[in-house]
Amino acid sequence: METINILFCGTGGQGILTAAEVVALAAMYDGYHVKKSEVHGMAQRGGSVESHVRIGEKVFSPIIEAGQTDYLLSFEKGEHDRMACMLKQNGTDLFNEFVKAGKLISNPKFVNTYMLGVLAKHLSISNESWQKAMKESIKPQYLDKNIEVFMLGNKK
Amino acid sequence: MNNYKLLSGNEALAQGAYEAGVKFAASYPGTPATDILEYFTQFKEVDAQWAINEKVAFEVALGASFAGVRSIYSSKHVGVNVCMDPLMTATYSGINAGFVIVTGDDPGMHSSQNEQDNRLIAKFAKIPLLEPSSPAEAKKLIKLAFEISERFDTPVLFRITTRIAHTKENVEVGTRVEVNDKPFEKNPAKYVMVPANAYKKHINLEEKLIKLQEFSNNLQENSIEIKDKKLGIVCDSVSYLYVKETYPDASVLKLTMTFPFADAKIKEFASKVENIVVVEESEPFIEEHILQMGIKCKGKHYTYRVGELNPESVRDIVEGKPKTNYPKPARKPVLCPGCPHRATFVALRKTKVTVAGDIGCYTLGATPPLSALHTTVCMGSSVTIMGSLTGILGSDKAVAVIGDSTFCHSGVEGLINCAYNKVKGVIIILDNGTTAMTGAQPNPATGITAKGEQTKKLDLEKLCMACGADIVEVIDSSCSSIENKIKELTATNKLCVLIVRYSLCKMIDRTKKPAPKVIADKCKKCYMCITVDCPAIVKDENGNIKLDNNLCAGCNVCAEQCKFGALETTK
Repeated sequence: METINILFCGTGGQGILTAAEVVALAAMYDGYHVKKSEVHGMAQRGGSVESHVRIGEKVFSPIIEAGQTDYLLSFEKGEHDRMACMLKQNGTDLFNEFVKAGKLISNPKFVNTYMLGVLAKHLSISNESWQKAMKESIKPQYLDKNIEVFMLGNKK
Repeated sequence: MNNYKLLSGNEALAQGAYEAGVKFAASYPGTPATDILEYFTQFKEVDAQWAINEKVAFEVALGASFAGVRSIYSSKHVGVNVCMDPLMTATYSGINAGFVIVTGDDPGMHSSQNEQDNRLIAKFAKIPLLEPSSPAEAKKLIKLAFEISERFDTPVLFRITTRIAHTKENVEVGTRVEVNDKPFEKNPAKYVMVPANAYKKHINLEEKLIKLQEFSNNLQENSIEIKDKKLGIVCDSVSYLYVKETYPDASVLKLTMTFPFADAKIKEFASKVENIVVVEESEPFIEEHILQMGIKCKGKHYTYRVGELNPESVRDIVEGKPKTNYPKPARKPVLCPGCPHRATFVALRKTKVTVAGDIGCYTLGATPPLSALHTTVCMGSSVTIMGSLTGILGSDKAVAVIGDSTFCHSGVEGLINCAYNKVKGVIIILDNGTTAMTGAQPNPATGITAKGEQTKKLDLEKLCMACGADIVEVIDSSCSSIENKIKELTATNKLCVLIVRYSLCKMIDRTKKPAPKVIADKCKKCYMCITVDCPAIVKDENGNIKLDNNLCAGCNVCAEQCKFGALETTK
């Protein structure tokens, strides 16, 4: 299979790093080779946050080449515009889904999981692995609610 | 079934070292290397310690090797500068049990003051250098590092970069293999580096390097892949992965042991390909060596010595083009909402004194609108630079600002020096009880060890008095009179220490107080409230003040700036 490139971007505190961790884990549980690259440190201080997730049989570069992103998940308008050049010509920009999520989900803390649900519709990762990955990366007291929101994003 | 985990480069190398029987680990926090030591703290078999600084970390780790257990030092690249003194002589004395020095370089300066290339230290210090390209490779390679260390009686430099340290991938996790402790034998000729002994050890070291080069020549990890003979690329570290991505059909010489250079492999590769291009981040370290060997090769344009490489820049390098694609300006980081430093910087801005800053979260006070920090060089330099600024410009013209962890690291020496050399001036210790910039690690003033155990707590007030400060005062960081206190102390013409204390930093303490309420009718749109540079309070597209209740921690520093009562504090 061709390597799939997923780029998350936004600002500190939006749960971007957690979302990227969940996809990466889920893909690994399904037997794919995964590389996930990000630079932390500034996330808690409101700075820009980006995470590159690459899934395939054998992944080399930890970062996505400009213009090669299959799925762009932006959590903020300014960051979306800054990173739009990373998208492939026929790549999928999920920013409209993010805007929709803002209206649909009352607690902004769960928007990241909603977006994972949306992303899951495009990827061939088993539901079992998604569940296992969420269980691994999300605090037990928030797990049920997150799974619920994930399913909401995953609808249709 | 194999046990795979999604591990970062830092975690993978620490896991590898654990499996290799490491019993001692020491470090000082610094991005991108902090989580190496943090990973070791989970193992009861490993004595994992935060040291007060990198020189001390290096020496205690070297001491553990002398005492007979496998030992590891880790820090960020500039941390290695701090331990250069013991490092340069440990290469002469050699080790007892295996000793590995991990350097986390930061090309692109994601969180550093420079982007020095620590591969050059291997040549300068005459020690073997290993460089993995990925987390999975780091895990395997660290075991080899310990074997080389013991086989050749030398510390081994193990270099990763931010991109490797913070990338995660599937890594196979295995079990620990215990290694027998090596008895320590009194041997002055080896362990006492006085001139007569060191002279012999230097002769021995030069011979060792020849043997290490033979080893490097035969090491399968220095690997040749022949495909298209028209293009031969020599690369190391993460650059290898970018090359594989962008030029999958090129012939490649991957150098994994980058010092001593595998000259035989380089010659063999040169004989098999028509053109050689060197793809490496930072300095032209490999390129210069190949040219020195009399082999024709093309390196990168000098503009590519700046910043990180990526898959597309490899194409520029092969085509001989200069760097044109500089990173787009991203959102600047700011102090966390509720950060105890914010009130001090708002006060400092009003006093208009020159502020000698240091390394830590407070560098975030340098940019507008706070603009209240005017020098930053290296760890501890606030106190010393303040000493000269006040000496030359006047004792009320400058102050030093330093955090509690940085003060313990190397600020205290500056204070002793100030007292000894009769400096008058104010040192402000921002004591949030943690090492916040790197994610809240404990330090001596916290009174908790790396493993979370209670220990002797350093008393900063007594320490500063003992160093020779004339006045030591403590003030609460939430106090609105910090400004007056700074003015009062700068006017004393004495050596003063003002400890601005907060019981818990927001990095640890996530409890919040109620956010102030915006009373829109009273707002005159002077925007003084947003000059505190807090992400929780912003101007919306219509010019109205908006407070984000999710982010706000209720510190009320913004409300204190409002003269019109438009930000109502809720008690």
